[in-house]
Amino acid sequence: MAKITLQNLRHSYTANPTEPSDYALKQIDVDWQDGGAYALLGPSGCGKSTLLNIISGLLIPSHGKILFDDRDVTTVPPDKRNIAQVFQFPVIYDTMTVYDNLAFPLRNRGVDEARVNKRVTEIAEMLEVTAMLENRASGLSPDVKQKISMGRGLVRDDVNVVMFDEPLTMIDPHLKWKLRSKLKELHQRVRATMIYVTHDQTEALTFADQVVVMQDGEVVQIGTPVDLFERPQHTFVGHFIGSPGMNVLKCELREGVPLLSGHPVALEGPINSGFGKFEIGIRPEFVTLATKGLPAVIRKVSDIGRHSVVEAMVGDQRIAAVIDGPVPGQGDAVHLAFNAAQTRLYRDGWIATTPAKAA
Amino acid sequence: MKTENQKAWFFVFPMLILVAFNALIPMMTVVNYSVQETFGDNVFFWQGLDWFQQLLRSERFHASLGRQFLFTGIILLIQIPLGVVIALAMPRQGFWVPVCLVLMALPMLIPWNVVGAMWNIFTLPDIGLVGYFLNTVLGIDYDMTQSPLAAWITIIVMDVWHWTSLVVLLAYAGLVSIPDAYYQAARIDGASSWSVFRFIQLPKMKQVLTIAILLRFMDSFNIYTEPFVLTGGGPGNSTTLLSIDLVKIALGQFDLGPAAAMSLIYFAITLLVSWLFYTLMTRNDAK
Amino acid sequence: MRKRSLIPIIYILFLMLPIYWLVAMSFKTTNEILSGFSLFPQTWTLENYRVIFTDPTWYWGYINSIIYVSLNTVISVLVALPAAYAFSRYRFLGDKQLFFWLLTNRMAPAAVFALPFFQLYSAVGLFDTHIAVALAHCLFNIPLAVWILEGFMGGVPKELDETAFVDGYSFPRFFGTIFLPNISAGVGVAAFFCFMFSWVELLLAKTLTAVEAKPIAATMTKTASSAGYELGLLAAAGTLTIIPGAIVIWFVRNYIAKGFALGRV
Repeated sequence: MAKITLQNLRHSYTANPTEPSDYALKQIDVDWQDGGAYALLGPSGCGKSTLLNIISGLLIPSHGKILFDDRDVTTVPPDKRNIAQVFQFPVIYDTMTVYDNLAFPLRNRGVDEARVNKRVTEIAEMLEVTAMLENRASGLSPDVKQKISMGRGLVRDDVNVVMFDEPLTMIDPHLKWKLRSKLKELHQRVRATMIYVTHDQTEALTFADQVVVMQDGEVVQIGTPVDLFERPQHTFVGHFIGSPGMNVLKCELREGVPLLSGHPVALEGPINSGFGKFEIGIRPEFVTLATKGLPAVIRKVSDIGRHSVVEAMVGDQRIAAVIDGPVPGQGDAVHLAFNAAQTRLYRDGWIATTPAKAA
Repeated sequence: MKTENQKAWFFVFPMLILVAFNALIPMMTVVNYSVQETFGDNVFFWQGLDWFQQLLRSERFHASLGRQFLFTGIILLIQIPLGVVIALAMPRQGFWVPVCLVLMALPMLIPWNVVGAMWNIFTLPDIGLVGYFLNTVLGIDYDMTQSPLAAWITIIVMDVWHWTSLVVLLAYAGLVSIPDAYYQAARIDGASSWSVFRFIQLPKMKQVLTIAILLRFMDSFNIYTEPFVLTGGGPGNSTTLLSIDLVKIALGQFDLGPAAAMSLIYFAITLLVSWLFYTLMTRNDAK
Repeated sequence: MRKRSLIPIIYILFLMLPIYWLVAMSFKTTNEILSGFSLFPQTWTLENYRVIFTDPTWYWGYINSIIYVSLNTVISVLVALPAAYAFSRYRFLGDKQLFFWLLTNRMAPAAVFALPFFQLYSAVGLFDTHIAVALAHCLFNIPLAVWILEGFMGGVPKELDETAFVDGYSFPRFFGTIFLPNISAGVGVAAFFCFMFSWVELLLAKTLTAVEAKPIAATMTKTASSAGYELGLLAAAGTLTIIPGAIVIWFVRNYIAKGFALGRV
């Protein structure tokens, strides 16, 4: 178990990077607490696999440092870092039995057979694979193979951090939730620092205590799932999380008042000073139909069962609203009201308002 | 996935005609000759299994068969491990890869008689590059027309030169199909290079290596042109391999009966080995 | 990493050495060759090449070879395409046995067929023709082409065929406009290997020809035995036989790996 610190980390795959676009990781400064369950969430290409490989040592960053418990391990090779990594598809040694697969990392380090036996049986019991210890690993189903891959990562008791690189990609949907819960359970028993990389928000939000959201090589927000949902620091976070995502609406700022198609919009609190491109962010859950307010025309109504998602046009911008109960028809002219306490202003993507103190 | 459709025989028909023409008709004549005797003028006498019995007792046949198995055995022992070692040492990506592959494949594209002629010129005692080097520079007595050992070494080195690249290319293709994640996991698991070879690379190469062994066994077992052009089967008959002996009897002496019997036994051996490998390969595929 | 790449380098040097020697010898005069050893041609001469390019017995050898090799490649691939399609898409009575039989033909010793082919092709009046050699080589090239093509076709999902039929394509149109482009790499690889095995084969090519369709290989062996030691000439002739192979392989260099990856050579 260790605390991991990423300092000033930047990485470029090209030899002489000049522009920001040459960098896969632009500037990362993150602390990962010992024993925490983290998710690294972001779309494809955001740099999360690069970051993961830097932490595991498979990649040496072009700038910056990485510390395990204040020890600089930036150039230390993977097998000396005491990390474990589970990959997208199950990586197991087909010619060995399940037992030998789990024993492999320990035997390579010269651990004596008695201890090997103890650890392997412990892990096998945790993973519920004790019955197949003597079987050859080659004939098993992908989800069992993936469990064994995880087991190989956990079998060493000096593991600092276990990393998962989109491990459920190859698993059948109905088995995914089983493996997810097993992962959560493993974390609670083993208490190792775990970093789970994914582009699937459900996986991230159910597994992690803290989610690190990345986009375009930068960390955009770190917080609990609730934080991310309720107070996105960046329009990307708001849009990415939640289904449907947060509404991001272009607006003008005139004399300190944001205008949406000419209509003033009330915000959660005062605006931080500065210039830039302004956008209003509000979750569809907090948009309601009212008798007066923002004039809009209904474009589409989708019935999702428990509620309906209504898409309305204000000017040429689309606004989604989650409505319980009776819904208007397509083409109707309505008025939209925003819950001011949940309406935020974003400047160049970053949040620019602070919540007003409760009166 | 595959649908049952007997009309598929129409698709197969043209191929069947051409291959059967070349395979079945000649084989029928061979079988015919193998049980008959002729003294010319198209007059034949039934011999039964006499030719076969004669052949199986013939010392000449035993000798050339023995030489053939020895040759094939040595070839396999050298080329398969060597090919794998070279494939393991090759870079997996980059500019040099196609260049290497092309250069390595070049020997396989040279007409087989030119291969023999090339090695002839190469190893002539006083004027060939290797011949000169060995005889004059190193002082070793090397003359392939005089010494059976020199002749054997030359035909073996020639075949290694000629065909090892086949094994390299096959093994290489097997190696590059291994995803990086396996190597990364092995690094994290602290595996030694020997473990990586034994548990990751070798298992993944099993299929291509089976085919490599099959092809090298067959092609070396059937070899004719290269050693014939190089040594003519000599000195004496020390390098007369099975095909060379057969052609001598068939086209040289026109001994139809013995040649036919020998052909059938020859063919039977290749059929047996093909069948063994085929079952091995389809069993691997089914797994 | 650096040390490891020494192995392929040494291997390639080993491969190039006899080739260098052949090429070097082709530029020497016979006198120089026979009088002693010289690493590099002392007196450069193009005389050997001049002979080959001006003497019909020589250059016709190359032309003959190219003719029957091309004939064989075209025939083999054309005939193999529908057969491979059948093996790839359909199950039929005797399919596994047929496939195995094809395999045995690829593995058959050419020596066994030398005399029977001589008699067969003479009997049908095709002795000493290009088509004879082209057809004879079909014995092992068609199985090879079927094997390779079937492997590539396995990579094209059956859904493609079904969609085309549902869309109203006739089979020939589907095969020509949709299916073939999808396996073009496979066709290239199959054609390459057919070319290769037909170009290099000597025994059958020599047995079935005399004058009209005599391949360069036969001209060379005749020269080696009868005209004495015209080593320079032989070397030049040999060097020229390497060139078509080198050209073809350069063109398919990106597909070689894929062809071998199927493990079906």
